[in-house]
Amino acid sequence: MSETGPLMEVRALERSFTLGEEEVRALRGVTFSIDRGEYVAIIGPSGSGKSTMMYQLGCLDTPSRGTYRLAGYDVGSLDDDELAALRNRFIGFVFQSFNLLARTTAVDNVALPLRYAGVGMRERRARAREALDRVGLGHRWDHPPDRLSGGERQRVAIARAIVSKPALLLCDEPTGNLDQKVGQEIVRLFESLNADLGVTVVIVTHDPSMARRARRNIKLVDGSLVHDGPPQEGV
Amino acid sequence: MLEHMISALLALGANKLRAALTMLGVVIGVLAVTLLVSVGDGARAYLNNTLSGIGSNLLSVVPGRTETRGFGPPAQGLERPLTMDDAHALERQGTTIRGVSPMVQGGGTVRFRNRQRDTMVLGVGPAFSDLRNMHVDSGEFVREEDVGSRRRVVVLGRRVVRELFGDESPLGQSVRIAGGRFRVVGVMEPKGRSLGFDLDDLVFIPATAAMDLFGLDHISQLVTAARSKEETPAAIAEIEEVLARRRNGERSFTVQSQEDLLKTFGAITGAMTMVLLAIASISLVVGGIGIMNIMLVSVRERTREIGVRRAVGATQRDILWQFLLESVVISTIGGAVGLGTGATIIFLVHRYAPDVPVVLSPWIAAVAFGSAFATGVVSGVVPARRAARLDPVEALRYE
Repeated sequence: MSETGPLMEVRALERSFTLGEEEVRALRGVTFSIDRGEYVAIIGPSGSGKSTMMYQLGCLDTPSRGTYRLAGYDVGSLDDDELAALRNRFIGFVFQSFNLLARTTAVDNVALPLRYAGVGMRERRARAREALDRVGLGHRWDHPPDRLSGGERQRVAIARAIVSKPALLLCDEPTGNLDQKVGQEIVRLFESLNADLGVTVVIVTHDPSMARRARRNIKLVDGSLVHDGPPQEGV
Repeated sequence: MLEHMISALLALGANKLRAALTMLGVVIGVLAVTLLVSVGDGARAYLNNTLSGIGSNLLSVVPGRTETRGFGPPAQGLERPLTMDDAHALERQGTTIRGVSPMVQGGGTVRFRNRQRDTMVLGVGPAFSDLRNMHVDSGEFVREEDVGSRRRVVVLGRRVVRELFGDESPLGQSVRIAGGRFRVVGVMEPKGRSLGFDLDDLVFIPATAAMDLFGLDHISQLVTAARSKEETPAAIAEIEEVLARRRNGERSFTVQSQEDLLKTFGAITGAMTMVLLAIASISLVVGGIGIMNIMLVSVRERTREIGVRRAVGATQRDILWQFLLESVVISTIGGAVGLGTGATIIFLVHRYAPDVPVVLSPWIAAVAFGSAFATGVVSGVVPARRAARLDPVEALRYE
């Protein structure tokens, strides 16, 4: 892992799918890079390719053309197991619908990534409790998701995302299923994680208020980058 | 691995009724395997015990040639019967056999005062008692002199004694057999039933007296035994040689060995066990299909979970193991329950119906449990592979 270069480097990235006879070009040659510690929102109308971009950045999918380097690794050249290891080591995911395992306590949900990192049960639990403390849910560690509110569930998901101390926090519409007030708390949590832990935060969203709070916006329209810089007025 | 097992158990615990019903398929399958094969094995053990109980290394000579090995020329010439002289000759010349007894089979009504019983009458020599493990309880068995002087004496089986004499002692009493008057000289010890035949419902008289009684000039068969198991082939050869010499080389008789009989029965019961096993396996296959079905449903239902696990770093192999173990856990628990139930039933049968021959041998237990395990693996592979190969992006998007 190179400590010097940007954390993420996207070069002329294209991603196309074949739907029947037709080729759909979801990303049409996008180039940008994100440094460590940045706080970036990827925005755009629906169908603009931001979800596709988020799967690319999350190493869940690989480019059709162009390159994506995460922490120096050329994602397009890695096999499935290596991608899994890369996700495990560098990326914490936060999803719109939380995606917690049902009937599993908060602490075990949070510990899940550590399990695939080969961390022993005892240490996993200890680190998961720490992560839960960090998001302010230490006292609810033994609750299963169905006994937590929406905001609490998202906090558990965030704790799961940061438990392995990843370089990148990749969030897909993280407040989409939450009301305004709870959403604001979650945003403040991202900001404090970004400030205190130095974790790079990339939020994929179409919520203008979320986008405005990021220091940098990357806007996609029809699979192409149309803006890269500070939040624009009237987005 | 242990952790994978624990999560598999937890996953199953999440849907207890479904897991239990799926397991039930395997339970029934393993139970069927255990019970049916136990019945087959029990039958085999029962036959072996019974056949061994009538003596050891027994040989019998019957008239007529019934050669079943190979294609010799068809039996021809005279159907020459066996005689007392054949018995004497074998007794004198045999070196690899221990004891020879003629046997004359017949039936007749045994009468004592106003009571009577139709029973089997066996004309034998003194050697019969030791050869066939049938001994007198009181009095004496048929003696050499009785045979030599065609004496009309009889040894009664237990059932005949009970029916004709009740509690009275029969020794020294006189009974009528098929019209002839016989003096009771012995009473056999009880033997019980064997292969559906009541070994107490017969009477023994000297072979010569039986020939007189039934108007025969020959005997039904010769009963003898090899000195040891190893000497059986030599004994057969010797008997054939002695008797053939007395017939100018003609082999108008057949020597049957107890071992052949045991082998034949062993083959029959073995085949029966296999057929039962095959039938029982069908239910196990059905159980396996049930597991596969439920696992496929489970993979579909948990598509998002699979996506999340993949996102946080699970490899395809991790997912494969997760689902495969779940399937194996279902089937092995089902197998254990089925085996336990089967063992309990067999135990109860032994306890309350000791006559019914069922045997739970270790190999059945191993086969039953092993096939349950294999069922889990086989029916888990397809769903587990499907789960492992899900595209993480598709899995995360799945609604």
